[in-house]
Amino acid sequence: MANRLAARFKGRHDSQQYFLVGVAMSAEQKSGITHEGDFYSEEALHEMHDSMLFIRRFEEKAGQLYGLKKIGGFCHLCNGQEAVCVGLNSAADAKDYMMTSYRDHGHILARGTDPTAVMAELLGRAGGVVKGKGGSMHMFDIEKNFAGGNGIVGEQVPIGLGFGFSSWYKEDGRVTVCIMGDGGINQGAVYESFNMAALWKLPIVFLVENNQYAMGTSLDRASAETQLYKRGISFKIPGIKIDGMDVLEFDKRMREAIEHARSGKGPMLVEANTYRYRGHSMSDPATYRTRAEVDEWRSGRDPIARLQNQMIAAGLSTEEAFKQKDKDIKKEVAAIAKAAEAQPEPDASELWTDIYSDPIEGAYPETGKVY
Amino acid sequence: MNKITYREALNQAMAEEMTRDDRVFLMGEEVAEYNGAYKVSQGLLDKFGPKRVIDTPITELGFAGLGVGASMTGLRPVIEFMTWNFAILALDQIVNAAAKMKYMSGGQYSCPMVFRGAGGSAARVGAQHSQSLENWIANVPGLKVVMPSNPADAKGLLKASIRDNDTVIFIENEINYGDVGPVPEGEYIIPLGKADIKRVGSDVTIVAHSRMTGFALEAAKILAQQGIEAEVVDPRTIRPLDEETIVASVVKTNCAVVVEEGWRFAGIGAEISARIMERAFDDLDSPVIRVTGKDVPMPYAANLELMALPSVADIVEAARVACGRA
Repeated sequence: MANRLAARFKGRHDSQQYFLVGVAMSAEQKSGITHEGDFYSEEALHEMHDSMLFIRRFEEKAGQLYGLKKIGGFCHLCNGQEAVCVGLNSAADAKDYMMTSYRDHGHILARGTDPTAVMAELLGRAGGVVKGKGGSMHMFDIEKNFAGGNGIVGEQVPIGLGFGFSSWYKEDGRVTVCIMGDGGINQGAVYESFNMAALWKLPIVFLVENNQYAMGTSLDRASAETQLYKRGISFKIPGIKIDGMDVLEFDKRMREAIEHARSGKGPMLVEANTYRYRGHSMSDPATYRTRAEVDEWRSGRDPIARLQNQMIAAGLSTEEAFKQKDKDIKKEVAAIAKAAEAQPEPDASELWTDIYSDPIEGAYPETGKVY
Repeated sequence: MNKITYREALNQAMAEEMTRDDRVFLMGEEVAEYNGAYKVSQGLLDKFGPKRVIDTPITELGFAGLGVGASMTGLRPVIEFMTWNFAILALDQIVNAAAKMKYMSGGQYSCPMVFRGAGGSAARVGAQHSQSLENWIANVPGLKVVMPSNPADAKGLLKASIRDNDTVIFIENEINYGDVGPVPEGEYIIPLGKADIKRVGSDVTIVAHSRMTGFALEAAKILAQQGIEAEVVDPRTIRPLDEETIVASVVKTNCAVVVEEGWRFAGIGAEISARIMERAFDDLDSPVIRVTGKDVPMPYAANLELMALPSVADIVEAARVACGRA
């Protein structure tokens, strides 16, 4: 059960039993967006729902453990942004490459990495996904083609360019989804990368998670052009804006973007309009925004509640069943946290490993110990 | 042995490695159609085609990061900076990404790649195009730093660097590009992390790298005429530093001069002299002397530029002081 996220929504187009979600939704829920002709299996919808809820409860647990000083340093939670994590991984293939910034827990969980290893990493334990050497900001899983977890704003974008270049070079049919935030997109490195990606038609989807605030600076205080999907225009990169609070819409449109990149037409820029419920990091009281604004997003546009309403309306589940599901997931997350906490800290010898692939005998480690 | 230039040696190293391993590609400004700003990549586009020899826009941070990402997928990028002065724009990718990726990912990802290009002072190009930055980069765990001083070393070390599974910072010297020297033919690899004794002597150890190795050898000739036999040690690899070879030489000569073109403060010379102190304190008859570039931005005027750089005469004088024959 712990690895339900690894199921990767296989059922989406497989099942005999189709539900036309678009028909089941009210006009308000659709926000003017139609899902006409887009079918989801019951299993896939539950997968998406459970994955989002799991990420939500996982992040809440991480926040708690941070409060108890069991998680140290920086800890950036993604509550509210779950539909982007889950919709993206529904749309992408397992072979596709992905990398993001330091707000990475939700993405690596959605990618299917063992949540106990992710929690152990947050706790600085030996069984952490990177052996306790990275922490919250540096989650990597090479098996899942997840290349971080990068702590410098925008740094992952040229790196993603390199992954896309590699697929062009090897002609391996992979797409790189390179994720950044509305803060990251203002870095110069991003435009250097846009230029080369478009120049060489590399198979990359640049995904901007626009959660409205770069740390404490609102989008309109940091960006001359606040329609971020237009930021690729001068590089001839087509851009689309997706409601990042609607997992089905996000999945569908992201598929189109990934297909565009995979077909050899070059990169695409996707802006996901979303919102983070928590502060930038754990030390952020979020005084730069109003309570009313947060409430408006939380109660009016929450991606989990939205999918629940859609599924209830379509007769796929009930409020009671979702409540029970939530209890189960909270229990599961608590067990994960307990198991991760029970792990030992990394062995002292790990201090000196993974620095070089080809260490030179006698020269490493540079301990400086000569007496 | 064939006598070829330093730039031809580098060119051969890349051509041979690209022939051997199709994961190796060369990318940088003007490397392809222009045949290299310093002609180091002459003919490689014709030989390997536009997929493996790639001109970039002027965008150092971007293509440095491209190399990092490509190396994480198993390719073997050789990323050329026209000069290391411009690599300052790319330091985030070198220091925060390439150097740390293996550690941060708990050993999952590594960055087997070479960043190469001309470093050190050039001639009459002013402060922004004439400086030695190896001490910045050599400070970072996760990187290896290689600086060849002659054509043979240039070839053997570049081949080893391309084959190495870590990120290698390969700093060439613009003024040395035209130097001619003997280079062994065929497969010729010099292992990283090994210093080379360029001249054997018993009276004073002179440690010098890159262009300064040539200066040290010139100084040694003059010193020999004065009855002083200098031993010239070229570390060749700055990180990891071959401490053993340096210390063994000092144990023999009992005094040392460390020469570098870069600035004195926290320079390579400071590191080497500290290690000599740590490892060979009892063998020293006199304090280690550093000969370095002056602590000023590089001036343009010919006379001032000359004054800003270490000279052969400076090295001769330092060596005489070090061995008590000033």
